[in-house]
Amino acid sequence: MIEVTATRIEPAELQASLQDPGAGGFCSFEGWVRNVNEGRAVERLEYEAYEPLVIAEGEKVLAEALAQFPYLEARCVHRTGLLEIGDLAVWVGVAAPHRDEAFKACRYIIDELKVRLPIWKKEHYVDGDSGWVNCERCAEHGAT
Amino acid sequence: MKTITVRYFAMFREHAGLGEETLSLDVATAKDVFEQTRLRHGSREPNGHCKVAINDEMADWSSPVADGDTVLLFPPVAGG
Repeated sequence: MIEVTATRIEPAELQASLQDPGAGGFCSFEGWVRNVNEGRAVERLEYEAYEPLVIAEGEKVLAEALAQFPYLEARCVHRTGLLEIGDLAVWVGVAAPHRDEAFKACRYIIDELKVRLPIWKKEHYVDGDSGWVNCERCAEHGAT
Repeated sequence: MKTITVRYFAMFREHAGLGEETLSLDVATAKDVFEQTRLRHGSREPNGHCKVAINDEMADWSSPVADGDTVLLFPPVAGG
């Protein structure tokens, strides 16, 4: 299951929801808001998401992970809105019979989510400037 | 000419100054919609790292667009 939320993510509740009698291992990844990016001091972040396609594409990613690394339960939650340094931006959790599937599925899910889902991150810098991550530099390079 | 509703997200929305507009365009593919709206709004963004969806389905730049379609233009994504 994949979700988008404008409110605080609660890892303990999410982890509890993945409990399964057949699970021998659980692995989670938490993405936190960092205070620096590419040498610039970051004050806060803003996430925007297009929820219908985050859900549709995210479910495909979970299905792909399941096919490669058979797990029992998996969930992902991504924040939208304004986040402060240290806030939890994304949470991925996987329960599986053994640790190998749990680790690998969790890694696959977060890696794919970052590059495929229609989610955008705007950094607000300490110096008062702001910019969309991956966008400004892309335009400068003029790649097609 | 086709009537196309174009939706802009994140940086594209800021460049366009609006989130959505319905236009009458002489276009065959999603790429044509991207190019024409880019000219319209004076955006410098190339399409290489961008993504496109048609009627809420992820599409390719070569995907055909039909009269009445909604084309969603996604600038480079950055989740996580």
